Amino acid sequence: MKGTNLGEFEELVLLTIAAMVEDAYSVAICDDLEKRTGRSVKLGVVHAVLNRLEEKGLAKSKLGESTHTRGGKRKRYYTITNAGKAALLKAKELRDQYWSMITPLSLKRI
Amino acid sequence: MEPRKPILPPRWATRLLSWYCKPELLEDLEGDLLEYFQRNLSTKGTLRAKSIYILDAIKFFRLYTIRKPELLHLLINWIMLGSYIKTSGRNIVRNKLFSAINIVGLAVSMSVGLILISVISDTLSYDRFNVHHSNIYRIVSRYEYLGNKDDDYMATTSPKVARMVKEEFSAPKEVAVFHRGYDGDFKIDDRTIPLKGMWANEAVLRVFTIDMIKGNPEKALSDPFSVVLTDESEKKLFGLEESLGKVIYLHDKSYTVTGVVRKMPQFSHIKFDVLGSFSTRPILEKNRDEESWDNVWSTWVYLLLPDGTDLDALKARLDELSQREDPTVKNTHIELKLQALDNIMTGENLGNEIGPVLGSSILWIFSSLAFVVILSACFNYTNLSIARSLKRTREVGVRKVIGAMKAHVIGQFVVEAVVISLCSFAVSLLLFILLKPFLISTGPNLDKLLTMELSPLLIAYFIVFAVSIGAVAGFFPALFFSKVNVAHVLKNMQTVRVFRKLTVRKMLIVIQYCISIIMVTSTMIMYQQYRHYVSFDLGFQTDNVLNITLNGNKPEILRKEFSEVPEVTSIAQSSMVTSVGNYWGTNMKYHGNPLDSAGVYFNMIDENYIPFFRIQLLAGRNFLNRSDSAKETEVIVNEQVLKRFNIAGGDPLKAIDDMVILDGKEMKIIGVMKDFQYGRANDRNQQKEVALRFAPKSAEIMSLKITTSDVFATYSKLESIWKKIDTVHPFEAKFYSEQIEKGFSGLIAAVKVVGFLAFLTISIASMGMLGMVVFTTETRLKEISIRKVMGATEGNLLYLLSKSFIILLAIAAGISLPLTAIFFQQIAFPELANHAPLGFGDLFWGVFAILLLALLMIGSQTFKVARTNPADVLKSE
Repeated sequence: MKGTNLGEFEELVLLTIAAMVEDAYSVAICDDLEKRTGRSVKLGVVHAVLNRLEEKGLAKSKLGESTHTRGGKRKRYYTITNAGKAALLKAKELRDQYWSMITPLSLKRI
Repeated sequence: MEPRKPILPPRWATRLLSWYCKPELLEDLEGDLLEYFQRNLSTKGTLRAKSIYILDAIKFFRLYTIRKPELLHLLINWIMLGSYIKTSGRNIVRNKLFSAINIVGLAVSMSVGLILISVISDTLSYDRFNVHHSNIYRIVSRYEYLGNKDDDYMATTSPKVARMVKEEFSAPKEVAVFHRGYDGDFKIDDRTIPLKGMWANEAVLRVFTIDMIKGNPEKALSDPFSVVLTDESEKKLFGLEESLGKVIYLHDKSYTVTGVVRKMPQFSHIKFDVLGSFSTRPILEKNRDEESWDNVWSTWVYLLLPDGTDLDALKARLDELSQREDPTVKNTHIELKLQALDNIMTGENLGNEIGPVLGSSILWIFSSLAFVVILSACFNYTNLSIARSLKRTREVGVRKVIGAMKAHVIGQFVVEAVVISLCSFAVSLLLFILLKPFLISTGPNLDKLLTMELSPLLIAYFIVFAVSIGAVAGFFPALFFSKVNVAHVLKNMQTVRVFRKLTVRKMLIVIQYCISIIMVTSTMIMYQQYRHYVSFDLGFQTDNVLNITLNGNKPEILRKEFSEVPEVTSIAQSSMVTSVGNYWGTNMKYHGNPLDSAGVYFNMIDENYIPFFRIQLLAGRNFLNRSDSAKETEVIVNEQVLKRFNIAGGDPLKAIDDMVILDGKEMKIIGVMKDFQYGRANDRNQQKEVALRFAPKSAEIMSLKITTSDVFATYSKLESIWKKIDTVHPFEAKFYSEQIEKGFSGLIAAVKVVGFLAFLTISIASMGMLGMVVFTTETRLKEISIRKVMGATEGNLLYLLSKSFIILLAIAAGISLPLTAIFFQQIAFPELANHAPLGFGDLFWGVFAILLLALLMIGSQTFKVARTNPADVLKSE
């Protein structure tokens, strides 16, 4: 396995799962990402990423209750695991470290 | 508002998804797609929503979603395979007649398929021995005079193109040039050996992968008067002696041997015995401008391009070139085009090919015919299997009860069909080996073109082909059986309605007979045309005329010797044989309109020619016997020449003694002859301007009129005379009628091939029909017996049983006859000049023969059943 390093899109998906808490299922994640990033997000891609996250042990899933809206098909809800949480924190920490090195002055010069 | 029916996404896409997707992921995915679909429905409309749904369903096909093949299923299939093969074996043995019909039918059609596969694999392996084969292109050209385009491109182009491309174009790495006609009698010491070859430039040895045994490949063909031999011709010329640096002679010119190459492989479209250096041409032909732009008849130009060359850009540059050069020749446009080396054998049919080429049209025709034959055999299988279903439905019912699923039943019947097709494959391989020599001998050049050698790869293709034929043939019966309703079958043993598929089966029979009738009638029509052309009235006498090719011998000596043979009644000489597809042309001008120059065809003859062939002179006289070393001053023309140049208002009598300029020489018209057929009987342009010129010295053909009862004895007598005079060349003598027939050898080859396939389709259709009749009569045995007891006569029963089949045959004839007639009248005949009219009488005889055959089969079977003793059948009840 490629290790637990997060790709950019993977991180976004994982963050969305963490943010949506109870309602994180594929279509909702897809919509949310589309809304926030402003780019078109393909369902198939989201599915692939969700599958990969689960494989890496960063997220876990369970099937929900069947509803009328989806022709009786159940939704698969994703929740973040401890490993996922650790990975997100690690990524954030890394970023923060860099941000702390950047002084407002150095950005201004650009 | 009424509740509307909800719009659903396409079902097949959902099914596709559930087929490939892992079950644990499926539900979620399906739900997501549906949610999206419903959302899109309101925002984007039904059509777009559906297409997005389909697209997404396909896009979900990813590595992680694919269902892994389940071990258990595989295991079951594997275990069952043995059982399926066993039951297939039992079934084959149980129904010997049906199995035999199926196996033989499939074998016959499969052998055609095998031939096709081997032909295709042969043609596809052409020229692949060249290391750079995918980067070699040939420049082909189309001649256009006064806006009249030739139909086809020619494989040849002008030598000027080769030079220009080499000098000006940056793209090609090498430009290889072949030029026609480096052949004849090669002389060394006192031996003479006839060889065939071409002129070639030094790049030839670099563009093509030619194995150089001796000599320097860079230099061998650069100097004038160099010659490169193949190992075969080296042996002929030199035996075991060293050849390099030796001198050989052709047409009294000396050439130095500068190299020896290995003979070109069988699968090369270029073949030669010798190559002369192309740089010799300008020295030999000082007086002629070979490099003129419209001299596009004798030179083949091949380019070796680097990888990734922009072909469109190159074509554009060629267009530029021809635009620039066109003005150098009046009223002429030469269109240039590139043809890939890999396409030469299988591509479009060009004129002036460098050697024999199969071409795409033959491949297409043959493929489609083979397809039809194979289809017909598959129909038989389908038909008979479904017909037998009465006996097999119960077996299927039991299997299903025990736990077989639809897929298993399909598997079983497909396996059964594959087993049968593999049996037929064994038979067809035998047939293939038997048929191969027959096929290769049908076409005039096929023996040179094809080997059809069996190789492991070819056998592998064959097996794949056999298995797929089995799968195709077994698929519909399998589908039919898999749909059997278990409860229905098992509850009601006797009254299974298996004849629901009757219409399909009837249709298949009608199609089979349509195909047979179309093939048979087409064969007959083509044969009619062949007879018509061969016995065409050419306008002169060709009976009992033996044409001998002189091969450079002096006519005087031969003439003297031949005239002493008592069977030879008269002798004439000419430069060519007319009416068999040879055309010699030159230019003529008339003083009435000095600017008008037109092509005329000609033949050079001696004074005996006109009486010999009984060519009718309308006015004037024949040539007088005189030495032809004097200047050529006299000409005999045909009526068409008078019309074309408007000489003396077309009056033959007045045209005598008028002057024309032929081939740049002032000549007097001394005779006018009636038009005769100069070209082949199917030549589109019937009205040809023909001139006869007097030149006995340049005779190449000697024609003998022979009156004998024993042709062979006379022939061998003449041959022994020939051998006394010419020890080098074989005696090449052909009867005129033979030569005419040979001119139509393509047509007769087509007749043979189509006729053979027609025979196969009839046999297959008849076998299928036989099977069907046997089956129907057997199943109706009891009914017939009861009818008989009740007082039906044998005639009544015969009528009852055969009625439905006869109706089918009538329908088939009704469909296929008009189709054939329309095809030939509307499509084929307009392409054929001088064709014979469609003989409806012959057509009906052909159909009648097929129908008679079918009736014979129906009759014999029904008669057998009608004659059975009803007591025997009914007592067991």
